[in-house]
Formats: sequence, structure tokens, C-alpha cells
Amino acid sequence: MSILDSKIPEGPIAEKWTNHKNHLKLVAPNNRPKIDVIVVGTGLAGASAAASLGEMGYNVKAFCFQDSPRRAHSIAAQGGINAAKNYQNDGDSIYRLFYDTIKGGDYRAREANVYRLAEVSGNIIDQCVAQGVPFAREYGGMLDNRSFGGVQVQRTFYAAGQTGQQLLLGAYSALSRQIGLGRVQMLNRHEMLDLVLVDGKSRGIIARNLVNGEIERHSAHAVVLASGGYGNVYFLSTNAMGSNVTAAWKAHKKGAYFANPCYVQIHPTCIPVHGTNQSKLTLMSESLRNSGRIWVPKKKEDAEAIRAGQLKPTQIAEEDRDYYLERRYPAFGNLVPRDVASRAAKERCDAGFGIEANDTNEGVYLDFASEIKAKGKQAAFAQGDHDPSEERIIELGKKWVEEKYGNLFQMYEKITDENPYETPMKIYPAVHYTMGGLWVDYNLQSTIPGCFVAGEANFSDHGANRLGASALMQGLADGYFVIPYTVSNYLADEIRTGKIPTDSPEFDEAEKNVKDLIQKFLTNNGSKSVDHFHKKLGLIMWNKVGMARNEQGLKEAIEEIAALRDEFYKDVYVPGNADELNPELEKALRVADFLELGQLMARDALQRKESCGGHFREEYQDAEGETLRDDENFKFAAAWEYKGMDINQSELHKEDLKYEYIKIAARNYK
Amino acid sequence: MASKFINITLKIWRQKNSQAKGSMETYKLDHVSTDSSFLEMLDQLNEQLINERKEPIAFDHDCREGICGMCSLYINGRAHGPDTGITTCQLHMRMFKDGDTIYVEPWRSAAFPVIKDLVVDRSAFDRIQQAGGFVSVNTSGRTIDANSIPVPKTDADKAFEAAACIGCGACVATCKNGSAMLFVGAKVSQYALLPQGKVEAKNRVLNMVRQMDEEGFGNCTNTGACEIECPKGISLENIARMNREFLTAALSNED
Repeated sequence: MSILDSKIPEGPIAEKWTNHKNHLKLVAPNNRPKIDVIVVGTGLAGASAAASLGEMGYNVKAFCFQDSPRRAHSIAAQGGINAAKNYQNDGDSIYRLFYDTIKGGDYRAREANVYRLAEVSGNIIDQCVAQGVPFAREYGGMLDNRSFGGVQVQRTFYAAGQTGQQLLLGAYSALSRQIGLGRVQMLNRHEMLDLVLVDGKSRGIIARNLVNGEIERHSAHAVVLASGGYGNVYFLSTNAMGSNVTAAWKAHKKGAYFANPCYVQIHPTCIPVHGTNQSKLTLMSESLRNSGRIWVPKKKEDAEAIRAGQLKPTQIAEEDRDYYLERRYPAFGNLVPRDVASRAAKERCDAGFGIEANDTNEGVYLDFASEIKAKGKQAAFAQGDHDPSEERIIELGKKWVEEKYGNLFQMYEKITDENPYETPMKIYPAVHYTMGGLWVDYNLQSTIPGCFVAGEANFSDHGANRLGASALMQGLADGYFVIPYTVSNYLADEIRTGKIPTDSPEFDEAEKNVKDLIQKFLTNNGSKSVDHFHKKLGLIMWNKVGMARNEQGLKEAIEEIAALRDEFYKDVYVPGNADELNPELEKALRVADFLELGQLMARDALQRKESCGGHFREEYQDAEGETLRDDENFKFAAAWEYKGMDINQSELHKEDLKYEYIKIAARNYK
Repeated sequence: MASKFINITLKIWRQKNSQAKGSMETYKLDHVSTDSSFLEMLDQLNEQLINERKEPIAFDHDCREGICGMCSLYINGRAHGPDTGITTCQLHMRMFKDGDTIYVEPWRSAAFPVIKDLVVDRSAFDRIQQAGGFVSVNTSGRTIDANSIPVPKTDADKAFEAAACIGCGACVATCKNGSAMLFVGAKVSQYALLPQGKVEAKNRVLNMVRQMDEEGFGNCTNTGACEIECPKGISLENIARMNREFLTAALSNED
């Protein structure tokens, strides 16, 4: 069954990447302008890859569906980016970042990839600073750091609560430079709708110009997909409205294996759902868990009174509060990894202690009162006031919090109309990130030759759970420091190929399929909007393929999605025409792919008869409700081969994960 | 957070494409939750239009958390609507009352042509950035250690505040001259304040300002409306700094 060759280089882990780079093939500078590369997506991975390949001299075409590459959803990442710099002298090292990432991923990531990620992490910070990214600094002029979940060192670099924005604008500036120099052709408001294979190799894409609806053919010697994750399969998530799986899914349908689709990260600190017209969920950065304490009332009657509006959280006495993360996980407390924190919130709410008065009573408190007092006192002492009044302490403490998290507090207040300086934030887990994605080997190449996958779109580095501040690290590592080497290695055999023609039967067929599907939707004349189906799919996914899963629910989900998909094709109504800006048509094309992916996620979750990281099967937990892994039977990456729309035909291939440098163990944050 | 529901009337700019003549159209929308964001209200209106077999309204949006800069609505005569320090996606319907009539228009500026309905073309901003909004460093990963040049915290903070610009274009839409100087000033300032940006500072400001003029943006007459409507509170100081940078560069340019 297994034909998966991960192409991990030989040798000690600390030398693998260096040795590998030394032996990769090169393309001479005079040959690079003869070679075309397509990059789909302009987030951290895509923008950095396109910029780097452009600098090297390749002919690059970059695509994004937004009106500017600067708007890709990496921009919304708040908290920070990890790097093993050990500037804080707290014992950090490449090995420790490697270890934390493997452990955080619940021993389901590939060792060699993760080590490389940790190895290049320091270069990312150097590179970004050189580009003029304004990271937060201390008074001495040195870079500041903070802590994130699942680790015991301070290795997270940040720029207030807008780290993703600053890093993306850094990559965008590098990309803009190449666009200005004519080395990258940027195609904004374009969406990739198919991957074109010629003789089994990835040779181009079909894209729709979203402004005039034209279906375009673009050929290349290699295609890099950096199209992000698939969290929007749940309809409600912290992803941007336009984030979608289509580019990756089209590649999957053309032969790229899709790995670990069931690994979804549910982020513990998001603003709870407020109503039926809600379009998305908003994250409150994990960095807040440095300062906020998470709790629910100890007594059910208090929780009920809060939900009924008869009690305020500030009226609950200290001894009547259950700081459940500190109680269950004293070693890491509020800074346990995301999957652990999310499940713990769900456990409390399911038990009836939720504090939010929405349909499901789902919400817990994130409280800054203790931190405001502690930091206020520190600040007063620093100012020489050794006997500060309570008011003074609170005033200074609020100021400290504002400086650290001001934009997040403002964002929270705008959405909820509540002031988090005065009353605890209400939070609840929401879909945030997808660890699964297209299967790639060590070179980030998918099972289709010439089709490379970077960033969240691939599956490689985070196992079953991603640690906070590691997505930005992976996106930039892939785009700046891996793709340029490995894509060149592939292209070294292409210098004699010549321009790939777009008038081939392969392009004809791909274009026809795209046009037929568009015509089908526009002439379908059904009775329900695309959103109607997307929301229904989201509910199935959240309830049955969400934070907790079981065999029966997963089987039901597969059936229900199949029925929903049939209904979608029969009854969806897509207004407007093909030759114009048509957002409903864009949505229909994306939801069509989500309706296939959702089933594969359920099938993947069904076969994985264990609990690990973000994948929690109710049947596999210990007496205390912790995940129970089954290393004997499931220590593999599940890579699915597409075999038609009937998901039951999809074929599972396994990549066995070998742990040579880290001893595999039960994950313990207690 | 008890939800309330309101009924509203919307007057919205409809325009088939960039060549077509547009007009304001009137829509009634009932049962809008005050907890909805403005864009969720538009989703609700579009759902209603789709059910009536009418063409939904095209508008730009993506992250819906105030950071991507894609949403761009002129609401009741104000960029991003009647609140400060927010983007349209962060505007909530609790800012409106039952029975209100709300006017919704696209960004208006010669440099931002309408593509359809409320969607405009802001690629001029990208071209300004391409003219010089970068540090010319290749991605080798072999630059110097990030801490080898200390940067005073005040400079780093100011650079960050300038870099917080989301490129939405509210400044241009608000300005009576259609000036982009807050946007360009913010980018110029970010680099001018950091040691890494100093080397190319002169060419950068000259090139970015030249491109800004070529794109047809107007000039700054120090009214300050842009600063008030900027969702990220980008300060007018950045325009002053750009002017200083420009003057110095223009006077001492060796080319």
C-alpha cells in the first residue's frame, strides 16, 4: 500500500538540511529566466516564495484572489512568531524548539521537517529585521520576547497584537520589490480553479479573472501552492471569508495526496457565537493567556445566574471560581497547548458551567484582574512608590495591559460592547487552523511531480496540533528558506524543456471542465443560496467532526454530507453571469469543494481510532478525559488518494513516522 | 449582550461595471440584530435579494476583523461609518436606530475607479509600494543577527505605529483632495525611523512620491480628516516626516 517516499536525507538530524542543500541540483543564473514558476497565494508562504524565486531570476507569476497580495489571511495572525534565538537566556535551543513542536504536535509530525523548521527559525527573525519589520523592543534596543502555550521558555517575537500583519507586510514588500523589477508578475483578483498536468507533471493552472470572469490558462515548469488552510469548511471559523480549499483540492483531485485532513485546530480563546447571522468568529490572541486567567464558576447555580443576567462575574468570590486549567495542569496552567485548553473549556461547558447566554451556553471567562493588580504594583514600585493605593495600582496595571494588548482589548470591546478592563472577557474555542493538508515530502513536493506545497496548505510540520506562534514561522521558513532550494533542484532538469504551451489537449480539457461547472451553477436555477448550504455543512462539521468525535457521529456526517451535496447540485441558486465580478459564483465553486473535503475529514477521523492533538475521539480517552494515543497502530501520517467523488473509494496510504531523536511518550502538561 | 432587532432602510450605490452609470437604490431590511456587524447586515440583505431573484450587492471584504484592509464602504458620509478607530467590518449595527436610513457608497476617488457596486480598484497603492516601499535585501537568511543593531524603543514603537497602516484607502476617500499622503507618509516613516531603512531613504521617498503623483492622487492641505477617519489612527506626523524626508532628498539628491 505504501508508496510514500518522504525523501528524508541520511545522516544525523542536525546535519540533514545542510548536507541536503549541498547536494541539491542548481540552475545557473543564465538559465533561470527561461523557466516559469507559478505561486498560488500570497500569504507568508506564498509571498516569501514568490519574492525569493523572483530574486533568483525565475519568471514568476503570483496569484491571489484578494485585491492586493497584502490582504492574505496571514495578516490576521496576532500573537507572534517563534524562533530559537535564546535571547532571553532561558535555556532555549534549536533542539528544544524541535522537541516542543514534536511534543506539542502529539508525536504525529515528521522529525526531519520539524528539525529543519527549528534550525532556520533564527534566520527568519534576522531576515525580517533586515527588511524593516518593526518587532517590539526593550528599552535597551534589543528584541522583546514573550511566552506561548505548550512551552516553558520565552521565544516568541512579536509586534503588539499584529505580528502577522507586520511579517506579511515584510514579505509583501519583498514581493513588491520583485514586481517593480518585473521579475514577478502579480495577478490580483484571480482564483485558481484547476491544476493542469502534462505527462504526469504539474505544468500550469486554470485561473478565473474575478473582475471580468475570463478563464485564463497559465503554464509553468513548476507550481507552488501556498493557498492556506481549509478551516472554512466549518462555515464559522477565524479564517477570512475568502479562505478556501479549492486550489489544494483541485490538486488533490489531480493526484496529490491529502494528508491528515482530520487534524483541525480549535483555538481556545475566541469570542463566543452571538447569533444566526454571524459570518465569522474572532480570535483573541493566545498571548492573552500570558496575562489572563481562565475560569468558570464553581457552582452551577452561579453559572445559571450569570447566564440569566442576575449576577456579574466580578461578584463571584475568589473561592467560588474554578480556574480549571490551573487546577488540572499546574505545571503549565493557563499556558497549556491549544487543544488541551479547548477541550477543557468544552468539558466545563458541557457539564453546565458555561457563562454565555447564547443557544449553547458556551463560554468561559478570561480574566485580567489579577494581572492588572500584579503589574500595577510592579509599575508603582519601579516609580519609587512603595506604598501605592489600590486605585493607583489599578490605574498603572491597566496602562501596562493597554500597552501590551491594547488593540486586542479594543477589538473585543467593539465586537461585544463590553469593556475587558473592567469585566472579564468571554471566550470559547473556535476553528482556527488546519494541520492537515496536501502531503509533501522533505522537499515540500506533493505526490505530483512539480507541484510543491508551502505553509498551512501542506501537512508537514505540526502533527496533530500546532503550537502558538508556529504558523508564521512555518510559512516563512517554507517560502524563504526551503522552497527556493528544493524547487531549483526540481527545475534543474527543466532547462531544456522550453516554454510549456497552453494550447495542448490537457489545457483544453481542464478549461472545459471549469467552464462547464460554472455554466452548470449559473443555469441551475435552484431555490437556495450558496450560504444556505455552506452553513448546513458547517453545522454538520462542527457537531460531528469538531472538538469531540465518535464513530457513530462520523458515520452520520459522511451520509449527511453526501445528501447535502446532492441537494446542493440540484437546488443551489447562483445569480449573475460568468463574465463579471460575481461573488456568489466564487462562493459556489468553493463550497462545492468543501462538500467533498468535509467527507474526507470525517473518513480520516473515522479511521484514526485514537485521540491525538486536535483529533479527539470520545472512545479513546483516559479516566481524567485526556487523549489516549495508540502509537502501535496509528503512528503514521494518513495520506489519501482521490478516487472519485464517492469518498468511500478514496485510498489510504500510510507514511510511518519514525522517532529517532525524540523518545515518544505520553504528552504531559501536568 | 441582549440582542435587539431593528428595521432599516438602505440607500446603496449600484453600478454594473466600471463603464456603466451608477445610481443609488433603495432597500428595506427588517429584523437586523444589533449584534450583527455592518457586513453581516449586508449579507442578510444579499440573502434577501437572492431569495427575491435580484442581483446581490458586490462589496469587498475578507478578514472581517479589521486587519486585512479589504472592506471599503462610505457610510452616511464617513469612511468606515459612524465610529472611530474601526474598519467597516468592525462597525456594529448597535450604532444605528430602528427606522434609520443608511447611505452606503463606494470609496470615491479618481485614483480608485469603481469596478462594480461598492467594489473599487485600489491597485494604485500596490504600485506606490512597488516604487520603493521596501528594503532591498535578498532572502538569503545570511543577514546579520537580528540583535546586532540595537534600535531605540521609541523609534521601534513609532515605526510600528506607522507600519500598522492596513492600506484600506479610507484616508484617500475622506480627503477632499483625494490625497494618499497619509498612506505614503506611513510607509516612508516606517523605514525612515529604522536603521535598516536609512540606506535607501532618499530614493525611496522620491520614487514613492513620484508614483503617488502619477497615480493621480491629490495633494495634502493639512485638513487632518484622514487622521480622524483612519481605522488604525495613523498620525499626521507621518505626513510631516515624509515632507521632511522628501525635501532633504530633493535638495541633496545626487542623480
